[in-house]
Amino acid sequence: MNRKQANVSNVASLLGAVAAIGMLAGCQDQANGGGAGSRDHITVVGSSTVFPFTTMVAERLVNNRPGTKAPAIESTGTGGGMKLFCAGVGAAHPDIEDASRRMKASEYRTCVANGVTKIIEVQIGLDGIAFAEAKNGPKLQLTAVDLYKALAAQPNGQPNTAKTWKDVNPALPAIQIQVYGPPSTSGTRDAFAELILARGCEAIRPQMAALKEKDAPAFAKACTAIREDGAYVDAGENDNLIVQKLQSNPNAIGIFGYSYLEQNNDKLTGVPLNGVAPTYETIARGAYPGSRPLYLYVKAAHLSAIKGLREFLDLYAASWEPGGPLAAKGLIAAPEDVRKRNAQVVKTGALVDPSQLL
Amino acid sequence: MSETLVAQLPVGPAEPAERAPTDWRTQSMQRRIRQRYAAERRFRLLGMAAVVLSAGFLAVLLVTMVYNGASGFLRTEIALPVDFANAGLTVDPARLKGPGADLALAGAGVENATKTAAIAAFGPQGSDLLSDGAWLSVRAAIKRDPAIMRGRSIVWVPASDAIDIAAKRTGSPENEAIVAHFKQRNAIATGFNWPFLTASDSNDSTRAGIWGAFKGSLFTMIVTLLIAFPIGVLSALYLEEYAPRNRWTDLIEVSINNLAAVPSIIFGLLGLAVFLGTFGLPRSAPIVGGLTLALMTMPVIVIAGRNAIKGVPPSIRDAALGIGASPIQVVFHHVLPLALPGILTGTIIGMARALGETAPLLMIGMRAFISAPPAGLSDPSTVLPVQIFLWSDQIDRGFVEKTSAAIIVLLVFLLAMNGIAIYLRNKFETRW
Repeated sequence: MNRKQANVSNVASLLGAVAAIGMLAGCQDQANGGGAGSRDHITVVGSSTVFPFTTMVAERLVNNRPGTKAPAIESTGTGGGMKLFCAGVGAAHPDIEDASRRMKASEYRTCVANGVTKIIEVQIGLDGIAFAEAKNGPKLQLTAVDLYKALAAQPNGQPNTAKTWKDVNPALPAIQIQVYGPPSTSGTRDAFAELILARGCEAIRPQMAALKEKDAPAFAKACTAIREDGAYVDAGENDNLIVQKLQSNPNAIGIFGYSYLEQNNDKLTGVPLNGVAPTYETIARGAYPGSRPLYLYVKAAHLSAIKGLREFLDLYAASWEPGGPLAAKGLIAAPEDVRKRNAQVVKTGALVDPSQLL
Repeated sequence: MSETLVAQLPVGPAEPAERAPTDWRTQSMQRRIRQRYAAERRFRLLGMAAVVLSAGFLAVLLVTMVYNGASGFLRTEIALPVDFANAGLTVDPARLKGPGADLALAGAGVENATKTAAIAAFGPQGSDLLSDGAWLSVRAAIKRDPAIMRGRSIVWVPASDAIDIAAKRTGSPENEAIVAHFKQRNAIATGFNWPFLTASDSNDSTRAGIWGAFKGSLFTMIVTLLIAFPIGVLSALYLEEYAPRNRWTDLIEVSINNLAAVPSIIFGLLGLAVFLGTFGLPRSAPIVGGLTLALMTMPVIVIAGRNAIKGVPPSIRDAALGIGASPIQVVFHHVLPLALPGILTGTIIGMARALGETAPLLMIGMRAFISAPPAGLSDPSTVLPVQIFLWSDQIDRGFVEKTSAAIIVLLVFLLAMNGIAIYLRNKFETRW
């Protein structure tokens, strides 16, 4: 009987406590709700290639300016990030987009349609699209044309039938074509299509250059669409996974940002492209065909509304010089005039000129 | 009269023919017995093999995790001599007392002074031996005792992850040589990595900690429990004790059973559309994570709750009603206390699943890099399993052991949560 009474009071108190805390939680819930409300931290979305640099600057911001709320940085891929970034202005939408390629004109139009009309474009540095193989790999030497013939969906207007690298270029060994690369939401993939496949395509099919202006979808189909019969393996946004796969399969080639190659120099070697190996020096000089700029896109409307956003950008600009903290993480510093121009953009908040976007 | 009451002896055909007793000693009978024993033995061995196999998998998992992760709880520090007096620090020791100390030190150039000190002490590559966050230790040392600013002093700072690995495991030969050299001078020490338990995410593995994700998990679980438990228990009570038996009740019952089997990613999409889209709740916040996981956990609690309530003997209800208790008294004084152990078991299962869930949380943005723990339910944060996922994606080798160490922390969290639930269950358990 006693036991039973104890049980009753226990249950009552348990439920009571749960209900009381539930009500408290409900109140807090209401207080913080509302998409148009304010936010006291920076939010960043976008490229997994720019992610390590942005997280580093975010950490320095928190360490250098006590009292600043830690920014929240998500790695969604450039394309996925653009969707979130362009969804609108206000506390519910991110302030900054990390991009491993330039914003497309279509993305800019989406942004404008959703009220994101004032966008600042900052180039933070360079990256190279590195092709790499395991240390014990076949030591391939490729050109943009080889890669186009090996990986395009329709290299001659016909479905791609190349099985080995020898089918593509008789000078190459008869090794099966196996390439691990990023998915279609990735800016690295877009840059690969634009810098390598499109160039290879235009080199062997000159009529395509004219098509690019007139009929972009047809150009994309002929030149930058990647085959889907298993030769190109979509390895997800996880570049580490590609590194692991290359180690277990020495005949395969991986595509990722140069910083991953640099960090894994003990396991991987870069595949020279058009005779130029991917190194810091060749990419910074622009000699390596796969070098590409990295960008931040910032909503000008958020600059004064979000606490710490200006400081964040200033700190970014102060960290991107050669030998600076970002270079230690694998960022390749842009040439001096580009750095100066972009530092100026950060200072003045000059908006991007939409007519320059493709 | 009395004759009719006497039971009649069966009057029928003669008794069945007497069966000969089984002769167990015949050869065929002996063979059958042997076969039966053998079948018994085989079945027992099969069962035992199944248990051994699953225990083996568990052991392999735990041993690998502990082997890989144990060193994640250790970190290596190097003794760095700093000449504060000549380091060019632009801060007055007097300003370091009081609340403005952080701000005064932030602009003082401690980072450069640390780099200079490392180069002076260990040669031109000296600053590569130290973690990116070494200057934070120097700053903390100044804050602890501003008097050291006036002279030379030795500060223990975290080593870079290459040195850290060389000290704890086997690194590259040149790093091993450096470690051996430091050891001779007693300038290197490996100790418990407190920052791993007190710091948040960092892109430098020597500074990365689990506290931010732990707190995020804690907040998310609290929200989940507060929403799923009361709603789940009340639904179970209503459906079992009050709901009329009709088509609608059947429909609801089927829906709840289906809901319990829906893949978790669907709840993530639902959370994204409803909580972020319609209600405009903040992205990456534990409140949204908790709400989403509560939707996922609730059906499990309802199903377990209904079964537990069904298991309460009807005689208890009847007895209580018979001595004049009202239906609500019957439920709260008798049925619920007796059903609670079963309900808690269901809650444990549901919460354990919610704690390990990543897929729905990725959809609502709880996968961000955040270098500070959340202060409230609407602050951006991540949770333990997502943190593990994020670290497994990092390039640094130092993160491999941190990933395993984080898994150990997650398992300990899970055990603690289950421990509390089992304690509560035993406390409420009644035998009759």
